[in-house]
Amino acid sequence: METGKYSKYLKSGAIWGFIVLELIFFTIAGEFLSLSDKAFMDADNMLLLFKQSAPIGIIAMGMTIIMVNGNIDLSVGAIYAICAIVLLDSMTWPMFATLGDGVIPVAWALALLVGVLLGALNGLIVWKTGVDAFIVTLGSMLGYRGLVFMYNGEQPTSHLNWTLVDFAEAQFLGLHTPTWFLLIATTAIWFLMNRTVHGRNAYAIGNNREAAVNAGIRVGPHIMINFMIIGFLSALSAVVFYSESGSVNPNDGELYELWVITAVVLGGTKLTGGAGSIVGTFGGVLAIQLLRKGLSHIGADTSTVNLVIGLILIAVLFLDRQLNIKGKEELKV
Amino acid sequence: MGGVTKAQIGSFLARQGILIAFALFMIGFALANGRFLDPDNIMGVIRSSAILGVMALGVTFVVISGNLDLSVGSMMSFSTIVVLDLHDKIGPTMAIPLMFSMTLCLGAFVGFLVGYLKLNSLIVTLGMLSAIHGLTLTYSGGKNMDIIDKEGTWFSVFGQGSALGIPVPILIFVLLAAFLGILLSKTPFGRKVYAVGGNGVASTFSGIRRPRVVFMCYILSAFCVATAGLIQASRSLGSQNTVGQGLELEVLAAVILGGASLLGGSGTIFKTVIGVLILGFIQNGLLLVGLQFYVQFVVTWVIIILAVWLDIAAKRGKLWSPIA
Repeated sequence: METGKYSKYLKSGAIWGFIVLELIFFTIAGEFLSLSDKAFMDADNMLLLFKQSAPIGIIAMGMTIIMVNGNIDLSVGAIYAICAIVLLDSMTWPMFATLGDGVIPVAWALALLVGVLLGALNGLIVWKTGVDAFIVTLGSMLGYRGLVFMYNGEQPTSHLNWTLVDFAEAQFLGLHTPTWFLLIATTAIWFLMNRTVHGRNAYAIGNNREAAVNAGIRVGPHIMINFMIIGFLSALSAVVFYSESGSVNPNDGELYELWVITAVVLGGTKLTGGAGSIVGTFGGVLAIQLLRKGLSHIGADTSTVNLVIGLILIAVLFLDRQLNIKGKEELKV
Repeated sequence: MGGVTKAQIGSFLARQGILIAFALFMIGFALANGRFLDPDNIMGVIRSSAILGVMALGVTFVVISGNLDLSVGSMMSFSTIVVLDLHDKIGPTMAIPLMFSMTLCLGAFVGFLVGYLKLNSLIVTLGMLSAIHGLTLTYSGGKNMDIIDKEGTWFSVFGQGSALGIPVPILIFVLLAAFLGILLSKTPFGRKVYAVGGNGVASTFSGIRRPRVVFMCYILSAFCVATAGLIQASRSLGSQNTVGQGLELEVLAAVILGGASLLGGSGTIFKTVIGVLILGFIQNGLLLVGLQFYVQFVVTWVIIILAVWLDIAAKRGKLWSPIA
């Protein structure tokens, strides 16, 4: 089984190889094309890279569980926007006026609670009606976005709390606050997926649902818990980002689901469920952010970024299939 | 007629649920606002639904064949931008066929990846959504496209003209729906599409060339997208790069609302048209009743889930899912 092992290592290492390639390419290309004289691999630049990966990255951790479990969640961008509005708006509510800066944990808790509830609603519908998660979350993506617009029309919702901004811009041990949240979320979800019964069951359900049911795993509650986790993480992502920026547009978070899914798929998670790793997803998130940053470093505009990311996604899918066919010798149908 | 059981009523309701819901909505809105059933209003709704509708026709084929197409929105932006740009460069007579062939090339690329290379259609079209958006921005340089001489061109006929008292977008929508409806339900090709989506392995063993059928579905979808882009371009005679953004999901919502299963193998053109009209009339009705524009998103959410839920509940004979 030497070849099988080889292709397995190749696949799990591919994303890191890709990141190294990106680093080398942008470093060299940056020498010739960049307008600034700063090197691409500058320490500040790399720290910024981690910080900017946080909003997508935190959600991507939740999406990995959902996809390993065999579902998908398209509503993360809308949940992100709702929670951002709850966070910023609740700080101005009169009933919290006496709290002073004590309003911050209350607002955070409210935003996270709303995220969990919206996720739970998705999960409950998927569980109880048996409608495919793709359709359920496609619907709630529209519905939740509608709620965002109904809240404040097309106006942005803004509130700046300087204590909060200071916290969000702080650096601890050299890393920014959002980076810490990304790392904590990654570690927590890694632990959940690799060291707990819930994580193992998520893989089992995604891999073979019938078998999981026969083995006595209760599929429904697992689905619901996973949707609550991704709701929580979408809210956390919003909390981390908007603590700093202090203003949310009703369109914010649109297309986040696409970025997140791209990162997760680049990280090697199967759409069909049952396979995927948190470390791989972390690599996928970094790879995408590196690509965006690198392309803008060498002077390409957003159009090129979109083009390149789309084509890379397709190329990854193609390579993955080629590697799988060699391993399995599929029935030719 | 005493023999009608509760189960039979349930299954009838579930099977024709979408039509019943449509009728209820129409009656409700008509009672709430007298202008709702005004012929001008109805014409207006159908006319503004035509672009979404034309795209939904093509996506119906893709969905029945068991695949997804999330690239139609950005592909529609692409064809709109291209035809507007070419209009001033080489004239409308040349611009239209050129735009159609460019869009069909994109569709052929997607069809090749999904049909012949058998890649997952969700991810491929997700990638294409991003890639085509990039392509459009590169083509236009990020600027809005506008036709210079807006008064003196016959190009506006597709979006603004009318023939026999009927607006041209509606005519295009109806003719295309009739043609594709016949293609899907009365020809061998149509039956192959159902077979491929219903059971891909079985269809291969019965000698259907599955890759080619899937490929053709994406070509049809691209053709519909190009037509929608033509109507859009001709209606506004100028466009942003993001004109079709988000449409892919609305289109999919209309197709699902019409009862097509995402697993493939079921759905009809007629029901997709109903799905499109429901979306259009709900939007219009809610506005006439005086609600905010955004309420329609929430209502659409509830309707989509109810429609699909009732559909599968009828198939399994139980309201709640058997998931433990």
